[in-house]
Amino acid sequence: MTCRVIPAATVRRRARRKGLVACLIPLGAILLGAAAYAIDPTELPDPVLQQRYLALTHELRCVQCQNEAIADSPAGIASDLRREVRDMLLAGKSDDDVRNFMLARYGDFVLFRPRFAPKTAWVWLTPGILLVIGAFVAWRIVRARTALVPLDNEPLEEDFRR
Amino acid sequence: MNRFALPIALFALLVVVLAIGIKHSPEKGIIASPLIGKPAPQFSLPSLTDGARTVSTTSLRGRWYLLNVWGSWCGTCREEHNMLLEVRQSGIVPLIGLDWKDDDAQALSWLQQLGNPYEVVAVDREGRTAIDWGVYAAPESFLVNPQGIVVYKCMGELTHEIWEREILPRLPKQQTAKS
Repeated sequence: MTCRVIPAATVRRRARRKGLVACLIPLGAILLGAAAYAIDPTELPDPVLQQRYLALTHELRCVQCQNEAIADSPAGIASDLRREVRDMLLAGKSDDDVRNFMLARYGDFVLFRPRFAPKTAWVWLTPGILLVIGAFVAWRIVRARTALVPLDNEPLEEDFRR
Repeated sequence: MNRFALPIALFALLVVVLAIGIKHSPEKGIIASPLIGKPAPQFSLPSLTDGARTVSTTSLRGRWYLLNVWGSWCGTCREEHNMLLEVRQSGIVPLIGLDWKDDDAQALSWLQQLGNPYEVVAVDREGRTAIDWGVYAAPESFLVNPQGIVVYKCMGELTHEIWEREILPRLPKQQTAKS
């Protein structure tokens, strides 16, 4: 009777592959499940309203779980705020009405895209100021280097002539 | 100009910006209320202990009060409860409860078991009044003056330290002398 000897490395590799498959199945199930599970099942009767609703709920920050939009958060307060947005849109309020409603209650922090006001001006101006400073520094470096070029080149050309 | 001047200036600026950031980091999670200095949002809600009665901001006009947002589902509220009982005992400022998104029966048994520190409790089952007050996590407490202006907001547990450092100094002398 022959006994096929399987090298230990192969056994390990097969076991590892099996382990990998075993891991992938539940992972796939979780990912598919996540796609099917939506935090916010709200459907507004009018597609235009639905679009505005989605835009607004993605623009408003969940105040409790601060780096999520209210559209993505399972927190109770987020669902309450989504209900406010829905009711205001159904009542014919404008997007700005909704934003101002939230601003008056929760402050500038609630908007992922802050408005331009004295308190929030630096948020908008700093990148521009940094860009100007950067451009100035780059211009100075380039100018300093171009000034060096003729001085560098002259002895080189003479070397070639010789 | 010294070629190190600009990098050093930028570095100094970065240090200042980061220092400010670190200094404020403990309060990062706390959102400053835009309500401070503004009239308290109006409400008219049923009372928890007596369904026939309503609690309204108009009936609270003319005196100081501390509006405490709580719920029987809220763990920190339980930790805060003894402090609230002490505040009631002191008689310095009346506590008005706002029972936020709670079950009435559970809220009532909470008060029965732990003691009732509130003069009256307004029931906000839907959570709409809480939104008007900019509430986002219980407990929260708002100090309101006799003109109906929100003077101070305490995010989270009302501690002895906050009571002494933030609430007492804001109350008029004759009020705090009551104790």
